[in-house]
Amino acid sequence: MSSQAVRADRGIITPFNVIAGIIVIMGMVLTAWRFAGGLGAVTNLDNHYPWGLWIGLDLMAGVALAAGGFVTSAAVHVFGMKKYSSAVRPAILTGFLGYALVVIALHYDVGRPWRLPYPFIMSQGTTSLLFEVAACVALYLTVLFLEFSPAAMEWLGLKRARLIVVRLMLLLTIFGVVLSTLHQSSLGALFLIAPGKLHPLWYSSYLPVFFFVSAVVAGLSMVIFESSITARYFADKMDETHKQQKTTVAFGFAKAAAFTLAGYFFAKVIGIAVDNNWHYLATGYGAWFLVELLGFVALPAFLFAIGAREQRLGLVKFTAGWSVFGIILNRLNVSLIAFNYHLPASERYFPSWQEIGTSIFLITLGLIAFKFIVTRMPILYSHPDYPDEH
Amino acid sequence: MALTRRKFLGWLGAGAAATTAAAVKPAVAASNKHFEGHPDSNAVLHDLVACVGCRRCEAACNKVNDLPEPDQPFADLTVLETKRRTTEKAYTVVNRYDGLRPSGQPVFAKKQCNHCLEPGCASACFVKAFTKTPEGPVVYNPKVCVGCRYCMVACPFEIPAYEYQKAFDPEVVKCTMCHPRIMEGKLPGCVSVCPTEALVFGKRKDLLNTARQRIARRPDLYVDHIYGENEMGGTSWLYISDVPFEKAGMRMDLGITPAPALTAGALAAVPMIAALWPVLLGGVYLMSTRRDKEAHQEKEDALKSAREQEQAAAKAALKKASEDAAKAQQKAVEKAVKDALAQAEKKREEEQKAKQQAQEAGQSPDGQGQESEEES
Ligand code: SF4
Ligand code: SF4
Ligand code: SF4
Repeated sequence: MSSQAVRADRGIITPFNVIAGIIVIMGMVLTAWRFAGGLGAVTNLDNHYPWGLWIGLDLMAGVALAAGGFVTSAAVHVFGMKKYSSAVRPAILTGFLGYALVVIALHYDVGRPWRLPYPFIMSQGTTSLLFEVAACVALYLTVLFLEFSPAAMEWLGLKRARLIVVRLMLLLTIFGVVLSTLHQSSLGALFLIAPGKLHPLWYSSYLPVFFFVSAVVAGLSMVIFESSITARYFADKMDETHKQQKTTVAFGFAKAAAFTLAGYFFAKVIGIAVDNNWHYLATGYGAWFLVELLGFVALPAFLFAIGAREQRLGLVKFTAGWSVFGIILNRLNVSLIAFNYHLPASERYFPSWQEIGTSIFLITLGLIAFKFIVTRMPILYSHPDYPDEH
Repeated sequence: MALTRRKFLGWLGAGAAATTAAAVKPAVAASNKHFEGHPDSNAVLHDLVACVGCRRCEAACNKVNDLPEPDQPFADLTVLETKRRTTEKAYTVVNRYDGLRPSGQPVFAKKQCNHCLEPGCASACFVKAFTKTPEGPVVYNPKVCVGCRYCMVACPFEIPAYEYQKAFDPEVVKCTMCHPRIMEGKLPGCVSVCPTEALVFGKRKDLLNTARQRIARRPDLYVDHIYGENEMGGTSWLYISDVPFEKAGMRMDLGITPAPALTAGALAAVPMIAALWPVLLGGVYLMSTRRDKEAHQEKEDALKSAREQEQAAAKAALKKASEDAAKAQQKAVEKAVKDALAQAEKKREEEQKAKQQAQEAGQSPDGQGQESEEES
C-alpha cells in the first residue's frame, strides 16, 4: 500500500488525481448551474421539504462527524491523556476541514448566501436555535483554524506566531468543547419546533442530548476510521510516535465509544419510555427505528467492546466505519426519512443527482485538501524543530 | 505547556465571558399566563358550512397580491380534483373533500397562513424576518431573509413557500392577511369577494363570539370546536365546521403548545452550558495536571529506588566478578605451573629414555629420534 502512496506523490496522472479531477470538473459545472439557475434548477427541494440532502448530509452528518477534533483535543489537553497526543493534529485537521465544508455547503443551500453574516450584523434572531447553531459554528470554525494553525506555521517557519497559539491551546480547547456541546446539541434541538412533522420515535424532548452523545460517538469513531485510512495511504509520512500510538488510540477510543454507545442506547430507550411510544415499534417506521437502534447503536457498542477487550484491531476499525455510517443514517432519518412521515409517498423527497453530485464534490474537495496538507505539514509526524509538541 | 495557574484562571474567565456573551439570549420565560394575542387584533373566521368552493377568494388573492397567472383559470373547478397546498404562486387554496356529508354535498376548506398568536415561523427565524403585528397579521421582511427556510420547517400548518426558481432574490412567501389593505381600512382581498358568509373579518375577540353563536344556533350541525382558538397556542384565522376537522385537511394532533415553548427549554440551557462547562473542564484540567505531577513524582521515586537497587546489584555483581576473576586467575596459574612441571618431568623422562635407547641400540639414533618426535 505504501507503494501506492509513493506513486501518488510522484506523477500527476494517478487514479486519485484522475477521479478527483473528474469530480471537481463536475462540481464546478454544478456550482455554476446552482448559482445561475437557483435552487429550483438543481435540487428536488419543494415547499414540503425545505431541507434536503445538503442539510441532512452535509450539515447534520458533517458536523457530527467533525466532532473528533473537540473529543480528541479535550482528551489530551484537558483530561491529560498524553498517550493519545499523536491523534490530536489529524483529528483537528479533519474537524477543521469538516466545518469548513459545512460552511461551504451552506452557501449552496441557502437562498441568498451573501447574506449569511446577516444574523450577526443585521438582525439577531435570538429566539431561534438556528441563530445559536450559526453563532457556534462560526466561532468554532475560528477556534479550529487556530488549533490547526501551529502545524501550518511550523511548515511556514513562523516560530513566534506559533508560540503564541501553542500557549493558548488549553483555552482554545475548552472554548471548543463549550461551543461543540452547544451546537451539536442544538442541531438536534432545531427539530424540537416540529413535533407534527418528525415521527414520534425520532422526535423527543431529549433530541439535543441524543445529538450531542451521538456526536461524541461519531467523533471517536471518525478518529479510529481516519487513522486506519492514513496508516494505509500516508504510512510514509508517519513518524515512530504516531505508529506506536496508533493502536493505543484505536483501542482506547474503541473502549470509550463502546461506553458512549451503550449510554446512547439507554438514552434512546428512555426516550421511548418517557413518551410511551412503544406501540409505534410495531409499525413500518418502528421496524426501521429498530434497525437503527439495534443495528447501528447496540451492535457497534458490542463490537467495540469485544474489539477493545480482545485487542482485535481489524474488528475495531470495521466497527468504527459501521458506527460512522450509523450516525449518518441517524441524521438522515431525523432530517429526511422520518421527517414529513405523514405525507403520502408521492410527496416525499428524494435528492436529485445534482444534489448528490454536489455533496460528492464537496467531500472530494475535503479529501484533496486533507491530502495536500498531510503530505506537506507536520500532521502525522512531529516537526524536527518542535519535537515536544505531540 | 508553559502555564501558570493564575494565567489559566484568567483565560478561563475570559473564555466563559466570551461564550456567555455570544450565546446569551432572552430565553422565553416560563409563565402560567397564556398569551392571548394583542388586544384588539384582527382575525378571519372561515365557516366550512357556508363555503361553496367558488374559488373567488383565490382569484382575489392573486389579484391583490400581483401574483402570476395561474396554470388553470380560477373559474376552472376541476382544479379541486387534487389536494393542493399553498405555493409561491398561490397564497391561498381551496380544497374539496367528498363523501363527508350525509347529503352528499362536498365540503370545501380554504387554506392560508393562520397568523398564529405566537408563530413558529417567527420564533424559528434567525434574522427576525417574521413579525406578529399588533393588528394580527404575521408579516415577512424580505430585506433580511437569508433563505435558510427554517421557518418552513417550523410552521406546523405547512404554509410558507419558497421561490426556488429565482436565482438571485428568492423570498419566502405566504398570505399576509392583506396587512397593507388592513392598514388602509380595507378588507382582506379574499374576504371582500366571498359571496357567502364563509369568510368574516373582524376583531378576534368578536369573531370567537360569532363562532360560538353560530355553533349554538345549530348544535345539531356544527362540531363543537373552534379550530384556531387554541391550536398551537391560538391563531388569528378561525374555523368552524360541520364535519370533523381532520377529515377536511386540518390536523387535530398539533396540541395547544405555542411553538416558542417547544424550544424554550433548549434555549434556556445555552447560558447554563456556557457558564458551567468551562468551570467543570477547568477543574478537570487542574485535576489532571495534579495527577500528572503526582504520577511524575511517583515515577521519580520509583526511578530513584530502581537506580539504587541497580547500583547495589551492580556492585554485588562487580564484586562477584572480581572474586571470580581472582579465583580463575589463581586456578590458571596453578594449572600453568602444574602443566609446566608435568611437561618438564615428561621431557626429562623422554630424554632419559632416549639416552637409554641410544645407549642400548647405538645404531639408528635418527629413525628412533623421528619416531619419538611423532609420538610426542
Ligand atoms: S401558520 Fe405558519 S406561517 Fe402562518 S404564522 Fe403560523 S407558523 Fe407562521
Ligand atoms: S428563510 Fe428567511 S424568513 Fe425563513 S427562517 Fe430563514 S431567514 Fe428567516
Ligand atoms: S388575506 Fe389576503 S393574502 Fe391572505 S389569503 Fe386572503 S387575500 Fe390572500
